[in-house]
Amino acid sequence: MKDVILDIERWRTSGCRIAVARVVATEGSSPRGAGAAMVVNDRGEVAGSVSGGCVEGAVVTAATEVLNGQREAGVISFGYSDDDAFSVGLTCGGTIHLFVEELAW
Amino acid sequence: MIYEALRDALAAQRPVVLATVIEGATIGAKLLIEPGAEVLGTLGNAELDRVVARDALGELAAGITSTRHYGRNGEAREGDLSIFIESFAPPPRMIIFGAVDFTAALGRVAKLLGYHVTVCDARPVFATTARFPMADVVANDWPDRFLTMIADPLTTRDAICVLTHDTKFDVPAITGALATDVGYLGAMGSRRTHASRLERLREVGVTEEQLARLRSPIGLDLGARTPEETAVSICAEIIGLRTGRDGSPLSTVAGPIHDQDGI
Repeated sequence: MKDVILDIERWRTSGCRIAVARVVATEGSSPRGAGAAMVVNDRGEVAGSVSGGCVEGAVVTAATEVLNGQREAGVISFGYSDDDAFSVGLTCGGTIHLFVEELAW
Repeated sequence: MIYEALRDALAAQRPVVLATVIEGATIGAKLLIEPGAEVLGTLGNAELDRVVARDALGELAAGITSTRHYGRNGEAREGDLSIFIESFAPPPRMIIFGAVDFTAALGRVAKLLGYHVTVCDARPVFATTARFPMADVVANDWPDRFLTMIADPLTTRDAICVLTHDTKFDVPAITGALATDVGYLGAMGSRRTHASRLERLREVGVTEEQLARLRSPIGLDLGARTPEETAVSICAEIIGLRTGRDGSPLSTVAGPIHDQDGI
């Protein structure tokens, strides 16, 4: 989250609601390790990254759903080895698990 | 309140850990742990908070971020709760001895990798902030004395690079470095310089076991020539030492490219 703290600060100052997605675990080959974070605000602005660009779009969708109340905070997974995985995967063949929640703490 | 405390600790570069329940009854609950300060927040149970705070400080010391599993009262080996323990360790340190052209290039590459960079040389004419604007600290001191004055002991995350190639400076720099727990210690010089330096080090009582910690001549075998290329070769060696990889081209080796993070 260190990398996106300035974006969070700017968005908080302008009154935005913010969702945070953090990589909490990885399996196999994945470009960003645990702790990599993306933030999305209620105007659709995005900062940070959690992979090499493969799953960012789906993460923005999930984060926006959390802000809209269409999705509970929780772990979402991307990759090939997980039955519950989203349809998008990592081209590198690894799996990443992210925790997505609203920044309301 | 937790976010503000985290933000302030990060801004001040103070080490801090954020624990978040990511699976289980109290999903989203948080605990913020800062060494020497009172913990903030709760994961839902006082005993769980105590156990997680203890584990979090251990992870912080090692610079590890991972997900761990606990019972609702903090029991180990039970899986009621998954807790993501995110360490925010201060940046690793690189201390470069010798204010030479290679130092400026190495300082720039080290900054790119997130190091807090110190340049130290006993000659005030050479060790100036004007010559090393990328350095966080420029110190005019003898290497061994400088090392004994560092307040926070060096750890395995930190690096010392001795670029003086003058035995007058590099012998005290290396013996001073060997007295610390620094993770990477490298010294620049030709094969001939290296051989005579080893002799000098043995003369002052450095053991073979201690010499095994020294990466000399410094850097990976890339055929680097310029200060910038040499800086990349040194930093590549530092990364490989940390990850336990030998720096071979990925195209010539099999196996996973990234180590996975514990789940």
